[in-house]
Amino acid sequence: MSTEAPTLTKKDFTTDQEVRWCPGCGDYAILSAVQQVFPELGIPREQFVVVSGIGCSSRFPYYMNTFGFHSIHGRAPAFATGLKLARPELEVWIATGDGDSMSIGGNHLIHTLRRNVGVKILMFNNRIYGLTKGQFSPTSEIGKKTKSSPVGSVDYPFNPLSLAIGAGATFVARSVDIFQAHLRDTLRRAARHKGTAFIEIYQNCNIFNDKAFTYMTDKEHKDDGVLQLEHGKPLIFGKAKDKGIRMQGTEMEVIELGGEFGPQDCLVWNESLHNPATAFLAAQLLPPLFPTAIGVFRNVEEVPYEQRVVDQIQHETERLGLGKLDDLLRAGDTWTVSEHGAVS
Amino acid sequence: MSTTVAENERRDLALEKLDEVVIRFAGDSGDGMQLTGTQFTNTSALIGNDLSTLPDFPAEIRAPAGTLPGVSAFQVRIADYDIHTPGDAPDVLIAMNPAALKKELKDLKANGVIIVNTDEFNARNFTRAGYTVNPLEDHSLDKYRVFQVALTTMTRRTLEGMGLDNKSAERCKNMFALGMCYWLFSRPMESTVAFLNQQFAKKPLLAEANIKVLKAGWNFCDITELFHTRYEIPAAALEPGLYRNVTGNTTLALGLIAASRRSGLPLFLGAYPITPASDVLHELSKFKNYGVTTFQAEDEIAAICAAIGASFGGALGVTTTSGPGIALKSEAMNLAVMTELPVVICDIQRGGPSTGLPTKTEQSDLLQVMFGRNGDSPIPVIAASSPKDCFEVALEAVRIATHYMVPVVLLSDGYIANGSEPWKLPKVEELPDLRVEFRTDPTGFLPYERNPETLARPWAIPGTPGLEHRIGGLEKEDVTGNVSYDPANHEKMIHLRAEKVERIARDIPPLAVHGGESGDLLVLGWGSTAGAITGAVNMAHKKGLKVSRAHLRYLNPFPANLGEVLARFERVLVPEMNLGQLALLLRARYLKDVQSLSKVQGQPFTRQEILDKIEQILEFKPYVH
Repeated sequence: MSTEAPTLTKKDFTTDQEVRWCPGCGDYAILSAVQQVFPELGIPREQFVVVSGIGCSSRFPYYMNTFGFHSIHGRAPAFATGLKLARPELEVWIATGDGDSMSIGGNHLIHTLRRNVGVKILMFNNRIYGLTKGQFSPTSEIGKKTKSSPVGSVDYPFNPLSLAIGAGATFVARSVDIFQAHLRDTLRRAARHKGTAFIEIYQNCNIFNDKAFTYMTDKEHKDDGVLQLEHGKPLIFGKAKDKGIRMQGTEMEVIELGGEFGPQDCLVWNESLHNPATAFLAAQLLPPLFPTAIGVFRNVEEVPYEQRVVDQIQHETERLGLGKLDDLLRAGDTWTVSEHGAVS
Repeated sequence: MSTTVAENERRDLALEKLDEVVIRFAGDSGDGMQLTGTQFTNTSALIGNDLSTLPDFPAEIRAPAGTLPGVSAFQVRIADYDIHTPGDAPDVLIAMNPAALKKELKDLKANGVIIVNTDEFNARNFTRAGYTVNPLEDHSLDKYRVFQVALTTMTRRTLEGMGLDNKSAERCKNMFALGMCYWLFSRPMESTVAFLNQQFAKKPLLAEANIKVLKAGWNFCDITELFHTRYEIPAAALEPGLYRNVTGNTTLALGLIAASRRSGLPLFLGAYPITPASDVLHELSKFKNYGVTTFQAEDEIAAICAAIGASFGGALGVTTTSGPGIALKSEAMNLAVMTELPVVICDIQRGGPSTGLPTKTEQSDLLQVMFGRNGDSPIPVIAASSPKDCFEVALEAVRIATHYMVPVVLLSDGYIANGSEPWKLPKVEELPDLRVEFRTDPTGFLPYERNPETLARPWAIPGTPGLEHRIGGLEKEDVTGNVSYDPANHEKMIHLRAEKVERIARDIPPLAVHGGESGDLLVLGWGSTAGAITGAVNMAHKKGLKVSRAHLRYLNPFPANLGEVLARFERVLVPEMNLGQLALLLRARYLKDVQSLSKVQGQPFTRQEILDKIEQILEFKPYVH
């Protein structure tokens, strides 16, 4: 296995397969960002494995010139966990969607997060089922009219970041398909994280849920509608940097800066707090009362699952010596039957 | 059960030599009957008896005390000759309470021995067991030899002054019963003493108490002259070698580790706890220093998906489960079919459908593992026939999986999983060589190019430069493995996957027939019915009946000569613990009008049940030779 860091480019990560997402789909932007970031990481190409489930986003591996596995609906984290346990040195990334990971694969997602398996999960959230042609998803807003909810969905949606934080995720972030620089930066930070990195990526489905995120991505809304979480910096937003977020008791609230309040009153963002409560509060920073928070919500160090498994095997091997098959078979009570039928 | 009678020198006590005896220990779930039976078994193994066991316990951990559903039983048959089953009917029944007596009595042989714990024979327990009168007093047991022993009282007395609370003291009463049985059947107590010392290493008081009660049980028999006869079952003339008593789940775990060593592939088990398969997970979890990774997954689906992930990474991916778990895994099994990765799926069958009878045995998953998936989805299926056979079958499952790059189903069942028998340890150097080669050469690499002989595709694992490729559950283009929706290609791939599994038949031994190579009747079985069929056919031979038997290890594909074997017999009887699933396959495949003998009571066949059917068939035979 090659260990030298080769010089790779985006082209090295592009396959000969024709990309078959709908023209204008947000997935193209995410693919491009990932293909730009991978060569920067200094990891040989053959060390990457991109794993997916089912859905539009899950076609992702076919377009990445790495090892790839397009598994079954919702099961990518389970497959990836087995792979990572068998081969901890591999760089395993998961591409999934809001249906794949929040609905059919919800169980695997939360257990992967709680175990802190060293995989990166890119969750493309377009708040709709695309591949099955337009039913509401577990992240669709209540009241959403779709083919399967013609008079409006009565389901309360998941907040994916709350779910991830609640499951004990050690790295939790949000970015947006068209915020390319922010997305690339978030991917780089996820790549450096040991343990599970969960990134929710807002992704526009221009066929079944077009303009789902324009309330925050449009030029006119962007400045007031987006709050960037930056470690060590006060939470300030707005075109004129005239708004901020402060803690008031156990709640967060928006304050107008310049008069009564100044930047010193704003909460200084700390993504490394071990207690997930603040990260959970930040995950609630959503319209209509708040701008949408993006960036890294939580980033704490915990020993990854595969490391714990490997350590235990190593420890037991040191303690007991490498097992010999003959000893294994002869373990426990044995007796010998001799040629003459005598038993001893 | 008598053969020769010898005089005991010490006193006027008959020592009777038996060629075999069947003992059933029965009591409340909390009475420790499984442990008692296992100890009796291990001791008997160590003195060289051939043996076979049948644990039978409820699914509830502790059903209400004293009730019929709470009865837990353990049957062991020990013999001085080669036996194949735990025995049709017990000679001796140890009944720790009225419920145990009521539930287990029907199977006892006439004139059989009953040892009851009279302390539990009270009004409250009669009601719980559904007795209206005391069965010890109403002459209902007159045709048996009943021995009434106040086990609990004597246990408590034995432990007086040791400072144990009443509850802890009473829990030792199973050791009193065991001590009595050791005396009655002339067994040494050393191995159980050693076991108790080890088991209670951190609680020496409990070790001492249990040992004291064990010996008290023995001494009670020795001095009270309760029994006028002692029995002896000499060692069996087993093949020379080193032996160990094993359950099927233990042997399966050992076989998987052996396969891992012989293939050079690290073993990865993905499993979710399920009865009766969990012991394989428990067993494998102990052997981390053998490089074994066990992953207790969040569910059945994750367990197999993780195993597939591990296989993709170049490990030996295995998942263990029972019928309901197979139902959940079926989509992932198909993923392994489509991606052509080696995964071993062990199905330790239990009574179905649905949750069914978790702790009882059945062979009713055969059609599920054959066909329970969407699409034309062939998977090789092999079945273990006894506890010790699980070892070989595990090695064979791994050989097929890695040699042909296919998922393989290994069928066992609750009877094999929990039952035990002596196992002659194989020599490690004589185990099959299962080494595999990963693809490393990037020149001309195509993920679905096939070995012309086996049709296996290359195993190309991540981390190998130049072999980057993408696979998944969508239909593959022949050779390239790219996604393809081409109609002709799909048909070709369906045939290729089927052909690959069919070709395994070239590589497995032909079906062996025991008895006449042709004739009036062949008894054909698969899986855990092997012992009962062998026993029944042997009994038929003693009666002068002309009948042959054969046993299938390979269920998909069948051995190449199966059709020809079936054709050589006028009639074929297929005993199965289901409604005739193998019979259905044989009829479909070979147009042979096989007769099904079906039993679905959660209990294995007795030899007598199969013998009766053999006799019935031969009696109505239309031709006379």
